[in-house]
Amino acid sequence: MPVRTVLNTTIEHVSILDEDGNFDADLGRDLIPDDDAVRLYEHMSICRHFDEIAFKLQRSGRMGTYPENRGQEAASLGAAYVLRPDDWLVPCYRENTGLFWRGLPMEMILLHWMGDERGNQIAADLAMTPQAIPIGTQLLHAVGLAWASKYRGEDRISCTFFGDGATSEGDCHEALNFAANLNIPVVFLCQNNGWAISVPTKIQCSAPTLAQRGMAYGMPCVQCDGNDIFAVAKVVRDAAELARTEHRPTFIEAVTYRLGDHTTADDARRYRDQAEVDAWKKRDPLLRLRNYLSERTLWDDDREKALAARAKKEVAAAARRAEEIADPARTDMFDFLYATLSPDIEAQRSTARTSSLGVDPTQLDDARSSGIEEAV
Amino acid sequence: MAQMNMVRALNKALDETMAADERVCVIGEDVGVDGGVFRVTKGLLDTYGENRVFDTPLAECGIVGTAVGMAIYGLRPVVEIQFSGFMMQAFDQIEQNMARFRRRSRGRFPVSMVLRTPYGGGIRAVEHHSESREAYWAHTPGLKVVIPSGPRNAYSLLHASINDPDPVIFYEPKAVYRAFREEVPDVPDPIEIGTAQVVREGADITLVAYGAMMRPTLEAVEDLTEMHGVDPEVIDLLSISPMDTDTLVTSVSKTGRCVIVHEGPRTCGIAAEIIARLNENAFEHLLAPIKRVTGYDIHFPFFQVEKHFLPDADIIVDAVKETLAYE
Repeated sequence: MPVRTVLNTTIEHVSILDEDGNFDADLGRDLIPDDDAVRLYEHMSICRHFDEIAFKLQRSGRMGTYPENRGQEAASLGAAYVLRPDDWLVPCYRENTGLFWRGLPMEMILLHWMGDERGNQIAADLAMTPQAIPIGTQLLHAVGLAWASKYRGEDRISCTFFGDGATSEGDCHEALNFAANLNIPVVFLCQNNGWAISVPTKIQCSAPTLAQRGMAYGMPCVQCDGNDIFAVAKVVRDAAELARTEHRPTFIEAVTYRLGDHTTADDARRYRDQAEVDAWKKRDPLLRLRNYLSERTLWDDDREKALAARAKKEVAAAARRAEEIADPARTDMFDFLYATLSPDIEAQRSTARTSSLGVDPTQLDDARSSGIEEAV
Repeated sequence: MAQMNMVRALNKALDETMAADERVCVIGEDVGVDGGVFRVTKGLLDTYGENRVFDTPLAECGIVGTAVGMAIYGLRPVVEIQFSGFMMQAFDQIEQNMARFRRRSRGRFPVSMVLRTPYGGGIRAVEHHSESREAYWAHTPGLKVVIPSGPRNAYSLLHASINDPDPVIFYEPKAVYRAFREEVPDVPDPIEIGTAQVVREGADITLVAYGAMMRPTLEAVEDLTEMHGVDPEVIDLLSISPMDTDTLVTSVSKTGRCVIVHEGPRTCGIAAEIIARLNENAFEHLLAPIKRVTGYDIHFPFFQVEKHFLPDADIIVDAVKETLAYE
């Protein structure tokens, strides 16, 4: 037989709690206990409010550009929920829910977008890297972190988050290839939110799924409903188990949708139909989980009202902490560049904001005036 | 003390640092079984095993990005990029992450890693295998850039680089790899990164060079002293970033004249930076314009004409004579 099939395969899509409220009791069994489901819903709601306040802070000139997370609350939270607290989270910039769940104070994210570097100063006991701004570069760091963990004989794994656009970057493919071939314990979680600013997913990938990108590198891959926190929890739990026990990576495509603009500097009305946005609003991860809880009498309007008040209070307090922090010193920008500054940079640091770098600012006025007199 | 060439000296430094510190690992293309295409990592796989010496898939960006991730979890990866011309595929990870992770995490995630790579011309290599683009990395905040010129300083500087708390670009002059042997001590000399070396004291003019260009420079010095009665001072820069401004300024303040030699392109090259520093700090001592003997502002040519591109002793001698003649 001169022609034979060498590969036949399928890609699975996992959905547990769908947009109509159907819940797959088999797949969902023992996945998220009721108490935790309540806590996760509360957390997502607070993060949704955080998003609104962050948006308003930007619009009122109190914060720089901000990327709304609205609509994507389930993906990183589902992952953070099932991962161990010491597993590395290696995020891009739409993972607020997961990072906050892990314990990152909300004001850190605000400070970051307020242009304050102290927003990146993550406490040493939090296993996470600062938000990666350049697209897709963080996947390789997740590979390196997991590799280092394996090297040290530990069973910590890493989980990295990235969007559909990032799957077009070379770094992404190099990371997948390294992890698969060298047996590195990483969970690659792609949040396919449909849009890379104005470019739709179909321009990033002509194949029917992004999930199959993982298959090309020989790693398990799966697609899930990214707005279904149960589905995310299940696929990440399975992937984490495989990584921890067999050092095998998994590629997960969480299908979700960016309900907001790319950032506050963007206007998505220029390139996408409102009908598409409206359809996705019905699949909102918060709405779905709230209905799930209500049907099980775990939630009601009173609790919703109380939660709204709590969200308002917590986010306002975080915003206050971010806004009230004392301004950084002008020399602050030099301080973490190297373990020890070279004499040249030390001179720049000590004379920053004087008109002549390298000159002691306390002597500058005299020097300047005597210089001018002599010149005249 | 033993006589060895630069390849052996570098291998000795890698072997010793790996033996002394379990965090040190070697990562790159062909660094394992093959021992590196120039054999700098020869034998390390046998000694330290495949958990510490990794052959990776062919992807420079992937190697550097992965090493950054390893470094931020406390390992000390020593990356080999097979030729410096291939670093451009890793430019993004070097600039955006290797150089800035310490700063952007405000000290939480220092990147103590070394990126070793052979650079420069003179070995009749194919296209993209002869570049000398150290100026890119010197221009990048957060990196250190080190270029040894012989077996002995290569050995000590690689030790210092691997033990450095910050990321180091370590450019190895491949034209020097097997060009000569030198006494290499059993323990590294205490050379600090950021310190230049005055390799010859003199009164008439300061010659500054580094890496592979030290050889034609020293050849020129021989000619100048023997044939022309000139007494030059010679500085081997060793560390491009941070740069040892003090040693440069002290020397030129004494001699008043200076010629700088490098094989990288002239515009915005290392010589331009040295001239700026001398202008800022030794202006009143200058007796003549500072001359640059450098590669041209062109891509490194194919090897049939590389001898016309690379600075040699004759052109250095000419530059010195012109500088001395200036009144």
